[in-house]
Amino acid sequence: MDPLLFSLILLVSALAAGLLGALSGLGGGVVIVPLLTIVFHVDIHYAIGASLVSVIATSSGAAAAYVREGFSNIRVGMFLEIATTLGALVGAWLTTRVPTHAIGLVFGAVLLYSAYTSLRQHHDVLTRNPDALAVRLRLKGSLPTGTRDGQATHIDYVAQHVPAGFGLMTAAGVLSGLLGIGSGAVKVIAMDQAMRLPFKVSTTTSNFMIGVTAAASAGLYLRSGYLAPALAMPVMLGVLAGSLIGSRLLVRVHVRTLKIVFAFIIVALGVEMIASNLKGFL
Amino acid sequence: MSQPASSPHATAWTDHRVETWVGIMLRTGVLLAAAIVLIGGVLYLVHAHAAPRPDYTHFHAEPPAYTTLSGVFHGVAAFDPRAIIMLGLLVLIATPVARVGMCVVGFFFERDRLYVLVSIIVLLILLYSLFFH
Repeated sequence: MDPLLFSLILLVSALAAGLLGALSGLGGGVVIVPLLTIVFHVDIHYAIGASLVSVIATSSGAAAAYVREGFSNIRVGMFLEIATTLGALVGAWLTTRVPTHAIGLVFGAVLLYSAYTSLRQHHDVLTRNPDALAVRLRLKGSLPTGTRDGQATHIDYVAQHVPAGFGLMTAAGVLSGLLGIGSGAVKVIAMDQAMRLPFKVSTTTSNFMIGVTAAASAGLYLRSGYLAPALAMPVMLGVLAGSLIGSRLLVRVHVRTLKIVFAFIIVALGVEMIASNLKGFL
Repeated sequence: MSQPASSPHATAWTDHRVETWVGIMLRTGVLLAAAIVLIGGVLYLVHAHAAPRPDYTHFHAEPPAYTTLSGVFHGVAAFDPRAIIMLGLLVLIATPVARVGMCVVGFFFERDRLYVLVSIIVLLILLYSLFFH
């Protein structure tokens, strides 16, 4: 296939992935690696390199919109970025040591898990219990909940179980560095389930953190030669354009149906990745 | 977190003001990076017709011209399209790092010493990862 046609096909596929990712709220990054390895037979090292730069682009591109809404919490994000960046250092180092098929297997498992969490219902279990460590670290805030009688209303929250959240965030960082993804699903679990932060705060703060987490792997990816410019170019531009278009369309489509469709695609890709990489081991 | 608009501190350094600047900076960085990658990509495709497509099915690491800062800068000076794409990717990688740097300054003006320290730790981890890891 000639380079122009190959780049155009990649651009269109990445655009579709970014669009679906934004519309379903799952992020386009998670399907880029299976798309490149299964459909285009790209080696997983080049695939995670192209995915990592796409993830930095979508996270940073979307941040301005999230900031405007006032849900994200920069202190919670910054504190937990200590954990995710340290984890990412370990994860990126592992890519140079672990066999390719092992990376593929872990990736398949993370895909299945992401599909599962995307369909779960969320109930905020808020507590104002003044957790001593969280108060000292100022891991608290107030969530805008709309207006009543012309007055802006909000709910105050304080983080819980800080050490557990920090530990889960380190694991999210390792997965991000190992797989070239944002690992938003694990980040949201750490904040939403362990630290009991409101779901909206968890998702927007997670998105805010993804770029910094991914940047911590980028240096080693660059020096190890995972960033193939001619491959990363159409993928990064496509995912970025798709996710920017998707975030504008968001209000006009039925999100629930789309989530289920996207979850099925992710499950299929996850099963295929596990199966093909298990074969590689046998 | 963010102060309500009626707050007496609305004109001082508030979280929301820091976040707004950070958001604008991130968007600018990403759009600049995307523009550079696009320019490099168009140049690459214009010149790529004659050459066969690189093989990505087996990993063999990119050559030093695309894996080191000096390699990329030399390539850009020589107008190598792939080095121009890499320059765009480097701008993209630098964007979140600059975001953390901005937070150091923002927390400093908010007189939040604890979070000046926290953001400096994150910044040091990032600089270590970019240059030494």
